[in-house]
Formats: sequence, C-alpha cells, structure tokens
Amino acid sequence: MANVLVNAPKTAKKGDIVEIKALIMHVMETGFRPGTNGRIIPRNIIEDFRATWNGREIFRMKMSPAIAANPFVSFSAVATESGTIALRWSGDEGFVAEHRVDITVT
Amino acid sequence: MKAARLIAVLLAALTGSLAVAQGDGRRSGYRDMGAVLQKMQDDDTANPAMLYVQAGAAAWAEQTGAAGKSCADCHGDASVTMKGVAARYPAFAADAGKAVDLEGRINLCRMDRQQAPALAPDSENLLALSAYVALQSRGQPIAPPDDEHLSVLRAQGAELYKRRQGQLNLSCANCHDDNAGRKLAGATIPQGHPTGYPIYRLEWQALGSLKRRLRNCVAGIRAESWPYDATEYLALESYLMARARGMAMDAPGVRP
Repeated sequence: MANVLVNAPKTAKKGDIVEIKALIMHVMETGFRPGTNGRIIPRNIIEDFRATWNGREIFRMKMSPAIAANPFVSFSAVATESGTIALRWSGDEGFVAEHRVDITVT
Repeated sequence: MKAARLIAVLLAALTGSLAVAQGDGRRSGYRDMGAVLQKMQDDDTANPAMLYVQAGAAAWAEQTGAAGKSCADCHGDASVTMKGVAARYPAFAADAGKAVDLEGRINLCRMDRQQAPALAPDSENLLALSAYVALQSRGQPIAPPDDEHLSVLRAQGAELYKRRQGQLNLSCANCHDDNAGRKLAGATIPQGHPTGYPIYRLEWQALGSLKRRLRNCVAGIRAESWPYDATEYLALESYLMARARGMAMDAPGVRP
C-alpha cells in the first residue's frame, strides 16, 4: 500500500464548501528518461485519480507524464451529507491505492 | 491599559525570539525561500517529506535482521527518545570507535543490534528512517557535542569549506559566505546551514541527505565528488553543524 496523506475536514456544515487535499508517494516516471544503462526507463505514472462522496463521484483527474513525483491534488466539494470520501489512484504497472476519510455534515 | 501592557510584553517576547534567530545574521534555508514553499513545508499534509516520515515510522516499529529486533524494541517511543538527537549529529560513536552522521548511526544500529545489512546511502529506507528521527528534533536548537574526537574532523571540515577546488576554482565559502543572499541563476544562495536535513528538494523530486546536497555542490563547482564513504563529507557535515550551532532544526525541510 502506497503512502498517502489526506487533509480533509472531519466535520462541515451542510452547504459548506470543503477543501480536500491529497498527497501520494509515487515516482511518476515519465518514460522519456534513459537510465544509467542508457536504456529508457519504462513509463510508470498514476493515470487516474478519482474521488467519491458516499459512492457518488465528486472529482476526477487524468494525470500525465509531465506531473512531478509524489503528486499533490487539492479540490473542493459542497458538503451535502455525512459519510465517506473515498480517494482512488490507479496507473501503470497495476498501481492502485485507496484511502477513505469520514466526514460528518450537520 | 492592561491590553496595551500585554501587547508590549508580547512584542518584547516576539522581538526577543527573533533576535535569537537572526541577531547574528545567520539565516536558515527556510528563511531564504519563498512564502509558498514555507507554507508547503509547514503543512504536514502538503510536505512530501512527510510521506517518507510515514514510511520511517513503520520501519521504526518493524522487526528486522537476524536479531529480529525493531528500533522501537530498544529505543521505545521515538517522540520521546529521539527528541533532539538529529540536532547532535555527526557524533562520536564509542561502540564503533569513529564519528558517524545520523545515517551512519542508523546503519551501525542495523548491523550491530539488528544484525541486518546496512542500508545504501540515500536509499529510500535509510532516508525514511532518518527523516522520522530528524522530525523528532523539529524546533530543537542544533547542538553539536563538545567531543574532542570531533574537533579534528571539524577543523578538517573548516579547511575544506574554505578550500578552492574544481574547474570553477570555488570554495564553499565563495558562495555561502561571500555571496549568500544573492542570486545564482535565479535561485537565492542560502548561507548553507543544515537545519532541515533530510530535505525534500523539488529539483530532485525526492528526499535527500546532506551528503547528497554536498555531492551536488561539489559537482556544481566541477570538482570530483568523493566516494560515498569518504570522511570529507563527515568533516564538512561536522563543520556545518558547528557553524549552525543554536539554530532551530526544521527537518524534514522542503527546498527548491
């Protein structure tokens, strides 16, 4: 399981705009760089990041080789109901990482 | 009236602490970088070095090697036992009869106590552990030990720091003493105080040790880097830590 750091509020008022920040450890190897042996290092990036709130998608992002290692993503959503925000990263070489945070909306 | 007095006291306290930090003109790399990067470092969920700290915390508790021991089995809670430790290294390790930096100390423990193979310099596992240990010294003043074993090393470091070398014929002092605060290709030249190591350097897109930083600088003046196990690094590290004595640690730092 990859190392993930997520910063999201634990509580929010209904209708509030909440900011969710997510940082994940990943090399984001571009596929354009030669290694020490002169051969191209195969591409290894996160291709897709998506966030759901109680199963409903609230944010989706397609990542490219130009994004630096350990990508940091920040986005906002309107707090509508209590539940779970689930974040999922997936990419090359079968990479999948998931992280869940609970939020209480009053 | 009461409020005014309170404000005056607060102001005095504030300027007092600032005077300690900058009264002698020393500035950490943290102070020389932009507000955006400072904010990135200060936020533990935005500072990418904290990903390594997370891995380091797991490694701290993991039993490994032939001895089947974890760091925690001997040292317990790192937030208590490792407080201020990173601020003291390089130090003389009596059990090995030589001076070591923090990475060296971790590897000594691995080999002697855990009976596990040493971790490679600047490998992810070693950086994770050193970042986790260094984090426990956040805010602590750099306090190099008064150990005569280190004075030879420090003198050697001081000499190296001032020695011109490489095709560009520059010494460390030419940039970090004579031209600190000025620009080198758009980047501010810091005074070179090692307050935040290991650092997450954006240019590296990874965490790196002080040794890596020194190797970078040596390559930058087009001199030949010493091998990884050379005492020159230890000498420079010892000198730099002595030079930064009393400055607050801000590890693990973010640098541009």
